Order: sequence, then C-alpha cells, then structure tokens
Amino acid sequence: MTSDTDQSSLLGGKLSVINVGLDKFATELADHDVPVVHLDWKPPAGGDPELAALLSKMGT
Amino acid sequence: MELIEKANKEAIRRMLGAEPVLIDVVPAGEIVPDLKDKMILHAGPPVEWNHMCGPMQGAIAGITVFEGWADDLEQAASMAAGGGITFDANHHHDAVGPMTGMTTVSQPMLVVENRTTGNRAYCAINEGLGKVMRFGGNDAEVLNRLAWIRDVLGPAMGKALRDMGGIELKPLIARGLSMGDEMHQRNVACSGLVLRAIAAAMAKISDDSTALSEALAFISANDQFHLNIAMAMGKAIMDPVRDIKGSSIITAMSRNGTDFGIRVSGTGDEWFTAPVEMPEGLYFAGYTEADANPDMGDSTIVETIGLGGFAMGASPAVAGFVGAGAASEAANYTHRMSEICAAENPEWTIPSMDYLGVPSGIDVRLVVDSGIAPTINTGIAHREPGIGQVGAGVVRAPMACFEQAVRRLAEKVGIS
Amino acid sequence: MEHTLNKVFQGFYKDSVALMRLSRDLAEMAGVNEAALMMGSPSNKQILKDAGLLADDGAAAEGGDLILAVRAIDASAAQNAANAIEPQIKSQTRTTTGDTVWQPQTIRAAAKANPDANLALISVPGEFAAAEARKAISRGLHVMMFSDNVSIEDEISLKTQALEQNVLMMGPDCGTAILEGVPLAFANNVTRGDVGIVGASGTGIQEVTSLISNNGGGISHAIGVGGRDLKDEIGGISTLMGIDRLDDDAETKHIVLISKPPGKDVLPRVMKRIKQSPKPFTVCFIGATDLNLPANATAARTLKDAAQTALGGKEFEEKISSNTSSLGGRTKIRGLYSGGTLAAETQVILLDAGLEVASNAAVPGAKNLTDDGDAHQIIDLGDDQFTQGRPHPMIDPEIRKEPLADALADNNVGVILIDIVIGYGAHPDLAGQLADMLSGMQGENDPIIIASVTGTEQDPQVRSSQISALQAAGIHVAGSNADAAIAALDMLGINS
Repeated sequence: MTSDTDQSSLLGGKLSVINVGLDKFATELADHDVPVVHLDWKPPAGGDPELAALLSKMGT
Repeated sequence: MELIEKANKEAIRRMLGAEPVLIDVVPAGEIVPDLKDKMILHAGPPVEWNHMCGPMQGAIAGITVFEGWADDLEQAASMAAGGGITFDANHHHDAVGPMTGMTTVSQPMLVVENRTTGNRAYCAINEGLGKVMRFGGNDAEVLNRLAWIRDVLGPAMGKALRDMGGIELKPLIARGLSMGDEMHQRNVACSGLVLRAIAAAMAKISDDSTALSEALAFISANDQFHLNIAMAMGKAIMDPVRDIKGSSIITAMSRNGTDFGIRVSGTGDEWFTAPVEMPEGLYFAGYTEADANPDMGDSTIVETIGLGGFAMGASPAVAGFVGAGAASEAANYTHRMSEICAAENPEWTIPSMDYLGVPSGIDVRLVVDSGIAPTINTGIAHREPGIGQVGAGVVRAPMACFEQAVRRLAEKVGIS
Repeated sequence: MEHTLNKVFQGFYKDSVALMRLSRDLAEMAGVNEAALMMGSPSNKQILKDAGLLADDGAAAEGGDLILAVRAIDASAAQNAANAIEPQIKSQTRTTTGDTVWQPQTIRAAAKANPDANLALISVPGEFAAAEARKAISRGLHVMMFSDNVSIEDEISLKTQALEQNVLMMGPDCGTAILEGVPLAFANNVTRGDVGIVGASGTGIQEVTSLISNNGGGISHAIGVGGRDLKDEIGGISTLMGIDRLDDDAETKHIVLISKPPGKDVLPRVMKRIKQSPKPFTVCFIGATDLNLPANATAARTLKDAAQTALGGKEFEEKISSNTSSLGGRTKIRGLYSGGTLAAETQVILLDAGLEVASNAAVPGAKNLTDDGDAHQIIDLGDDQFTQGRPHPMIDPEIRKEPLADALADNNVGVILIDIVIGYGAHPDLAGQLADMLSGMQGENDPIIIASVTGTEQDPQVRSSQISALQAAGIHVAGSNADAAIAALDMLGINS
C-alpha cells in the first residue's frame, strides 16, 4: 500500500488517521481538517490480553 | 498469518463459487446418508434425551408417533428415554432442520445440489407458522399436516422440480434481497418467487386439480416457505468449505435448544459449544419472555452464508419485527457483521446500501478479537412443547464457543 | 464503619482519561475516602487491591468490565456516591467525525471503510496496544503509539515488522509528532519550515520545535520514535527509518536528532547513516560526551543549543532579571519537571557548571535521588512512580502539588525550576492552575520560582497568556528551559 512512497509526502499521501483510543485526539485532528475515523474501540478478546496477543499473532 | 489467510481465500473462493440448485424432493429414508429406521436427526450439535429442552422432547415424541414407532406420545417419550431411538445431529448427515429440526425416514426432503462441487444437502419442507412440529407441536392437527406433506405436497414438488430441471437459487436470493428479504425471519419475497417458478411445472405434472390447488394454496399461505430451501442451500454451500487446513472460516452455527455450537473449517468436524442464550425480541400478543424457550435450530446456517442477521440492511422491516430497533438502524447491523467477515458477496447485494455485498465468511478470529458476536434473526418457541412460535427476535451467539475454536485453531496451526 | 463498595459494569469500556476524570469526581463526593474507576484487568485489580478498594464483586470482574470502587465513611455514603456518579459513567461522549451513526469497532473495518487512511494513532492501554499496532502495520498503516507500558520484546517485534512493511513505527510511548504540518497527540502548533526532527523524546521535540518556530524558523516534520528506540535491543530501527524519510523529503533541509545517549552498538550505526546523508545534521544526545560526529553533523549539548544550531547558529537570548537578595542563604536548586527531557537538559546544565546533581531520572554524571546527599534535586514527575494509575502531569498538574509543597518548605531550597508544557493534548491552563496551587501554599521567604513555557502563540493555551499568568503569580519566566536553569545558577551566584 505505502511501499511505493510518494516523494512529495513523508507518509505517501495526505495525512488520514484511524484513531484508536483517546477521543480527544480525534477531535483535535478533525479541528485541523485531517480526515479521521475514531474507532468505537473495546478491549480486544473481551479484555483478555493473552487471547488478544494470540489473535494478533494469528493475523487479525 | 499466511497459512490462515491463504486457507481463508480458498474458503471464500469455494463459498462464492457455489452454484446451489433446488433439484428434487425425496423421502429422507431414500436419500439422507446413514439414516435408519428408529433414528431421529435433530437440530444443533449432538444432545442426549435427558439434556434436551421441552420443545425438542415434544417434537421427538410427536415424530415417533408420526413414524408409527409408538402408539401415543407417552409411549413415545418413554421409548426415547429408554434408548429405543437413536439420535444424531442433522449436520452429521448432510442435512439441516429449523427449530427442533426433526428428520426421520418418511419425511420428504428438499434436495439442493451444489453444481460446482456436486455435493447435496437436505432439509424438510416448512410446515407453516403457529402450532407446528418444528416448534415442538405434536397433536393430531400437526401430525395430519405432516402426513399430507409426505403424501401429497412432497411427491408433487419433487416431480415438478425434476420436470423443470430445478430452480437456480443464487439469482433467486439476489432478487429476494432487493425485495426486502433477509431469508431468515423474512422470506415473503423468496417464497413468492419460488411459487412463481414452480407453479407451471406443478400444474403440468398434476392430474388432480384439487390436490394441485391445495398444494399451491399451502405454499402461497406460508411466508416462511422459502426458509427451509435457504437452509438446504446454506448447507450445500458450506459443506465443501469444511476441513481446509488453517482456515478460520466458520462452516456451521447451530443450536439444539440447550447449547449453541459452531464448526470451523480449519478444525474439521469438531463442535465448539456453549450454553445457548435467550433471544431478545418482540412477542405475539398474550406471550412474554417468561414463555420463551432458549434459542434453537439449524437455521443459523443462513447467517453462516451472509444472510439473516448479516443481511439486515436489506430488510428494514425485519429490524422492526425482531425488535432490533428502528428500520433506519438495519444497515448498522450489516456494517457491524462485515467487521467479522472475510469478504462480501458480490452477487448478493443490498441496493439501499449502495449495493454492498452481504458480509460473507465469518472469521472466528475476528469474532473473538472484536467481541462482536454474530447477530442471528430468530423465531422464538414456547418453552412448553406443542404451543409453537410466540415471537421473533435477535440472539447473539455466545462468545465462549468462538474462544474455544480460536484456541484449538491456534494449536492446529502451531501458534502459542 | 468504613465501607468498600464495588460495582461492576459488564463489557463496558471507557478510556482511562475519562475514567480518571470520573474517579476524581467520585472521590470528591461527600463521605468518600477513596475512589477509583478502572477496567478490570489483572494489573488494575492489583492496584485497587493495594489501595484497599477491591471488594468481592470487583475481584470477580473481567478485563472487559468496568469496576467502580469506592471506600466511604459508611455503606450509605458509598452507595450514594456510586449512585450519583452512575449517570455520568453511562453518558456517551461519542465523537463522530463523519455523518454516519456506524463507527467501526476494529482497525480492519476502519481501514476498509477508509482506504486513504495512512496512520493509526494508538492510545489504548498498554496491554492491548501492541496487538492493535500489529493489526495496523499488517495493513500498511504507519503507527504512532502514544501508549506506554509495552514490553521491549513487543517493541522489537513491532519495529521489525514495520521495517519489513516499510512503515514508520513511532513509539511505544511516543508523545509527540508533527507530520505534514499536523501536530499529533502532545505537540505544538508550529510554523512550517525546513527543519526535520527525529526524536526519542516527546518534550524534547516540543521544546526544540517551539524554540525554532518562536525564533523565525519552521518545521517540516517531527518524527517521534519512542524513548527506547536507540537502545541496543531495539537498534534504532525507527530512528534510522525516520532519517531515511527525512533524507528523501524535499522540504527538509536540516535534520535534528534528539535522544538520550544511544546504546554503544547503535551509536556507530547512527553515525554511519548520518555520514551517508547529503543534509546537515544537529545531534542532541542529552548527556552524551565525546561524540565522534561526521563532518556534516554538529553536536548540541542542550535542546536550546539544538534549536540554535538548526537555525544556523542564531543566538536567542532572553535574560531575566536576577535578584539574589531574598534567598536567605539557601543554596539548592529543586527542579519539578513534567517533561523528562527538560529535566535531563537541566541536569546537564547544572553538571556543566560543576554542581552535584541527583535525579530520579539521572543523566550520565548525575546521582540517583535515593543517595543524593546534599545535591541539587531534579525530579521527573512523569516517571512511573508518580503516574501509576494517574494521568501524566501534563494532563493532571495536581501531581506537582505535594513535591511543590515539600520544596517550598525545604530550608535548603533557594530556587524551584518548573516547566510549563502547553500545546495540543495538554491541560487547558497549566499556568493558572499553578498560580492557584501556589496561592494557598506560599509564605514569607519562599524560594524563588523560575519557569519556562514550552509552546507557541498558535497553541490553544497561547504562550504569552501563560507567561502573563505566571508573572502575575510572582513567578519568573525564562525564554527556554535552558535559560531558566542558567538563571537559577545566576541567582545562586554560580557562574555557568
């Protein structure tokens, strides 16, 4: 997706953010006219860190 | 993980490449593999008599009398309790059944063939709403209707389907989605489309206009007639997806009124079960939650292929009917389900959602990771046998069975 | 009789900042001795237990459940407080930035719905942050991870994965970045320009970018990499990738590196990479000595030096009037810092003046606070010992209250140094809050307080307003943190 980096931009495109966590960050980005999707995040795997880690290794 | 991603690609290829066709109606004894006399196939993962819920036991007593294995319901019950009947899950015999899901030798079975892979799947004919065997009904009215289905409707449909060369189901579902069906709690459009497709052939093969009229009237009067066809289709689509090494795609979801069970492609035919939950929904006048039986049936196979609760966006009317909220929220259910699916089905689209394909291929990893349980649209049975459907609602699959499946799959692919 | 009550909200998530705010409100209710709202993870339950706030209900909660814990003078006070706070817990503060009701719950769904997305900003609790970052990287997203408490093993694996995918892994514990002119997390609204920054320190980046911006320069991009990136275990993966990006960036004419001194294996690799670059570098490895820099690089001893060097050696001096008459023989400096790198910069300046310095985050040459003897004490209030279960002092300046009272009461302390770091993410009025805090504490013959304000006029708090508020409270304000430290030396009559 981003491996062929656009030379005109550090990130290979205009900044567009997925915000995972504090909603304040999403609000501040939106104030700067940065496109942002704020996740309705919940702890993965029902809040079981061991299961969440297992899943992330399985490629979720 | 690459193994899983590749396996899931293959699973999706098989799902989306399926060509299901309703080809025949045949008595179960002649066509369902390994189905014997004094054997009853039921919905859900395997369950013993003494763990069965009320409606399941009621249906078993009724079907035992219907088959002539016992003279009355009492004798039937003691026969079942005493080990005189062999039980097994429909899913172990290429079959599915709604609610209690009774399958026995003499019942006429809808036959859906997957023309891509050549496998077939079976489901009994839908009896209609109200007091029916799939909700545990077992009195004379129920048994007489079953006899008529066995003797008149089943043979007529079978002959007509053979004569016309079957009904292709993929385009029929596509049209049904654009007409507001989600194929679990709303089948009114698809039932009409089936009637339209089969009526001429039934008239052509019939030499008894009264019987023909009764048969067409029965199909016309049953808004859920197509549900059982959709279920056989779901089974025919998902069976070839079983047993792909590493795949995390769910191949079956099913409930027996006691437990909810799932199977995952990469873990083969093992069931992962957890106590089934109570549906939340709306009740017909005169009934309340206190009357409800826990969730039941193989009909969740339609959610497994991306219909039912997953296609809620196509069916705003159902969102209201099952008590899932305002019609305008129906699309959110489909969006939510797309978070746990590997793909969208490009042939089954939802016009009002900019032709978004129904979310297909439930990935057990995504279910557990997101904590989003598959949403299932379901009918609600009375907890006492013999009363029938008392409402409709939404039930969430219990997370515990998905967690077990993830851990087993991790073991199988060597991740710890 | 004192009573501990727990109430568990199953499968109910709220972010930690919201919970801390609610915890504070709950703790202030009538009859409440102690209170907390936390998600029921094993580590949180231990914190509640240690605080004597865990009852049976809470002990049975799962990681995805929210625990309301309150200890009050009696059972009814506990119940009343819990009832009073409940509506606030349940009120949704949902931010929708689009016009749809549906908010994706997973990175996967969000990336699918928004194919142009190129950065995931992750600030969830540390125990889940690595898993979320892994998902983002595998989708080709750059990651800025604000979360801390992520293991070094996870950091290594994430950065290795990011290297393979050619995306930037900024963090864990990356508080600050400015990308494409946009300040992210705790950053300042600076002028856009030609200085690019790669920094392992959030407040270090904030101080340098603000000083450059306030003195006529500008910033192209500032890439945060997390405090451990230049340790040998990590190998400087993100720093080196950041340099690559800035090297390729046409807008960037000068590159500044900011970090604690790198590990001994990493250092030569960074030097080699600098040497390959056609661009001039300023290297500010705070506390490092004897750097063997290539010809295109200049060493900066302090953050202020780094900013000056990046602007071609421009001197920005802002002397403040010194008045030593009121010190009454007290000779020690006490630094109370919210910014770890600002604390480090002060230590370096004091050490360079030949002083003995002790700190809970000691730079090379400084002692640990525990065996300080009678050294000057520079305290990093952002350190874990102060922030366990509490927000960072840049969000919740109350953390400064106790150490400030101690310093004011200490007869040896002549000068107190304080940093006020403003900008996005920070408390809306740190200066006013400090003034309020002081008004109840000050007495006769108090130590002199010298502060500096890191930030710009364009920041939401407005730097000049913060300065005025501090001055009105009798606090001396220097132009930079380094100037504040030097002013402290002046006031104590020490030649820097």
